[in-house]
Amino acid sequence: MGRFIKSNGMHRTLEGWPLVFTVLTTLSILVGGLVEFLPLVLVNNSVDRIETVEPWTPLELEGRDIYIAEGCNTCHSQQVRPFRHEIERYGQNGGGYSKAGETVYERPFLWGSKRTGPDLAREGLLRPQALWHVRHMEDPRSTSKGSIMPPYPHLLEKKIDFDGLTAKLRTLKRLGTPYAEETIENAATIARTQAKAIATEVEEQGGPTDLEDKKIMALVAYLQSLGTDVAAASDAGPSDAGPSDAGSAESDVTADASK
Amino acid sequence: MAQASTASAPTDMRSAGRERSNIDIFTYDEKIVRYFVYATVLWGFIGMAVGALIALQLPWPAANLGEYLSFGRLRPVHTNAVIFAFAGNSIFAAIYYSTQRLCKARMFSDWMSKFHFWGWQAIIVSAAITLPLGYTTSKEYAELEWPIDIAIAVVWIVFAINFFGTLYKRREKHLYVALWFYIATIVTVAVLHVGNSLALPASMLKSYPIYAGVQDALVQWWYGHNAVAFFLTTPFLGLMYYFMPKAAERPVFSYRLSIVHFWSLVFIYIWAGPHHLQYTSLPEWAGTLGMLFSVMLWMPSWGGMINGLFTLRGAWHKLRDSVVLKMFVIGITFYGMSTFEGPLLSIKSVNALSHYTDWTIGHVHSGALGWNGFMTFGMIYWLLPRLWRTELWSQKLANAHFWTGTIGILLYVLAMYNSGITQGLMWRAFDEAGNLMYPEFIETVVQVIPMYWVRLIGGLLYLGGVVMMMANMYMTIRSAPDELPDPAFAAPRQPMNYGHGDGSGDGTSEQAPEPAPARARTASESDPVPTEADDTPATKKASLPGSRKAEGPGTKKAEGPGPKKAEGPGTKKAQLPGSKKAKGPDASDDADDDDNEDDAS
Repeated sequence: MGRFIKSNGMHRTLEGWPLVFTVLTTLSILVGGLVEFLPLVLVNNSVDRIETVEPWTPLELEGRDIYIAEGCNTCHSQQVRPFRHEIERYGQNGGGYSKAGETVYERPFLWGSKRTGPDLAREGLLRPQALWHVRHMEDPRSTSKGSIMPPYPHLLEKKIDFDGLTAKLRTLKRLGTPYAEETIENAATIARTQAKAIATEVEEQGGPTDLEDKKIMALVAYLQSLGTDVAAASDAGPSDAGPSDAGSAESDVTADASK
Repeated sequence: MAQASTASAPTDMRSAGRERSNIDIFTYDEKIVRYFVYATVLWGFIGMAVGALIALQLPWPAANLGEYLSFGRLRPVHTNAVIFAFAGNSIFAAIYYSTQRLCKARMFSDWMSKFHFWGWQAIIVSAAITLPLGYTTSKEYAELEWPIDIAIAVVWIVFAINFFGTLYKRREKHLYVALWFYIATIVTVAVLHVGNSLALPASMLKSYPIYAGVQDALVQWWYGHNAVAFFLTTPFLGLMYYFMPKAAERPVFSYRLSIVHFWSLVFIYIWAGPHHLQYTSLPEWAGTLGMLFSVMLWMPSWGGMINGLFTLRGAWHKLRDSVVLKMFVIGITFYGMSTFEGPLLSIKSVNALSHYTDWTIGHVHSGALGWNGFMTFGMIYWLLPRLWRTELWSQKLANAHFWTGTIGILLYVLAMYNSGITQGLMWRAFDEAGNLMYPEFIETVVQVIPMYWVRLIGGLLYLGGVVMMMANMYMTIRSAPDELPDPAFAAPRQPMNYGHGDGSGDGTSEQAPEPAPARARTASESDPVPTEADDTPATKKASLPGSRKAEGPGTKKAEGPGPKKAEGPGTKKAQLPGSKKAKGPDASDDADDDDNEDDAS
């Protein structure tokens, strides 16, 4: 060591060789990343699968992209840690803490790094009611007194880009998400149908009308889906329907509980 | 010599040395450094102003100004602006200024320098447009969509070629420690950026990453953590290693420490990423590994702090009169504090409390405002009189900036510690019956709102300091001479022998294998004269700067009118051949240097 670092030692020589110096630096920064990353790539596909976890429906995917575009992840995490207090707060109704297997289709992951607002990983189980989300986005303080969340009224006005969905699904399929070819081709239609169902639900609950092609429908679909796949796994029976269809069906019970 | 002073001198003005054929006369590109300084200050103001706005939006949601200017859209604008625009331009200014001097060579290509500058600014502008419009990947500090990512890669590669090209044509054999850190920065940022940005486009401004879920999380925080390491730490350490000894007129504290802490820092930092994912779905071993290496990282980090602060040994009194040193000392101190806090927060039991809370925000800002901000300000105050060849307009105002900024940081950081720990404790509190004490999340939000106001005040004070600096800078530049020609310097013509030196002796002696008269003289003189604490703040690279003006009679005036001011007052210039070792500060540097060599052997 001494020979290496003394004033005329080997390191001094190294300082005269920028190329060698750069190569050594590069090697030393590569080691750590590779050691941590390779096991995950090699192992990830075989473990932690959760059978009930399905890819998002086209509308939910669109909602997820809206969630990303609005930067919801800057204030809301989606990762329930395995602590009693977090499971009590977020893991009710069968959600539990977050598991690796539920994230396999997350591109990108949205675990977040900050909880200015509450965690949303189990939002579909805690607040499945569509109208609540519509009102909450339009004016957060109308549903949550004291909330500091920004309002998102434009989501109730701007339209969903249904036609872009096919390209999105196709890209995801190329990356490995198992979308059926017919889902990809009919993505717009499938999404419209689901949006229509949610719009009807909102109307039935006494909310505003004419929302069926608005962005808020996609976002609500996404939020309603959060955590439902996992709950389905713990419910024993495999889920038959798409997660969000299930979401609207069982809404009432839990909606009030969480409020 | 007249020609040597033309600003447009492309590269080496070998022809200027005609009279003395064995001398190279060359210039440093200072214009590009001035550009980067302008950009640093401008983007710094904008980035921090956006920061103040989003700090206001938290306690007062009415400040969310519609779809495009709401918190979620502006938060990445703030982080990208202060990291890549403010800190980015700052390190480029530092690198372009110091690399030329440490290599005794002009930048490899002026064209590339300009391309780098304008390309980088264009990227920033495109970020400032696309992010409010909602085009984002959501990955922290890597939010920009794929076309901009490609542009970043291109500009970075040009920067790398320009930098390594300068190393290649350097006239100083040994790389000074600042350059090691620059090398690590350039290589690692390239690897990180490419590794984390791999994605498949779905449309012009939307893409999906090739990694999913747990893998994506790991890669993102490998990137995110090391963006902090190699964009906000290593280049600033390089900056510190160059400018701190310059400002203190003292060589760096320990050469050996710089070697040990450099290599351990670049090796260990990379491993620490997973500590951002403690207790998540990431496999536990990865988090544990991240924690382990984070704790180990404490020592190399403090190696840098010690080397920086102890450079002032025996010169602490200079703090009183030098706002530059004050800035540096506070900056390095915050570096030490946040690199102690980082390992602390990575420990699982602490992380269980701190993660997702404002504590993280406090931690980040003690590093960003304290370390990155103050090192940048210190550098700018040091560069202003030199780059614009005039006096700083107001020392008083600079001092006011220092104090306002320091108080601002303290308010900010303390507010965030307070609110962070409050949130962490409230989230986990149970009552006697075993139920959550605060089952409604909103209760924990309302509780910390007063702290958000305090944070805003701290941030505004800090921003106020920046405004003072802008005013000071404006007035200083107003009094600058109309013409600012690039300073010219002289060095032995023979390009140095890049061969594999045996490492014995100090660069200089090896540097002159075939003694042409003037060169021989240079060698023998610059040798014992580490005079220019100037260019080699280094412990012992005696040779660097020394040779610059230590030339034969003909050369010394190679410096046109301007350049002479470009140097620190005491440092440089032995105008007349004989006089050169005579001066004060140099002499003392000399002594220090000897000490150092003793230590080292």
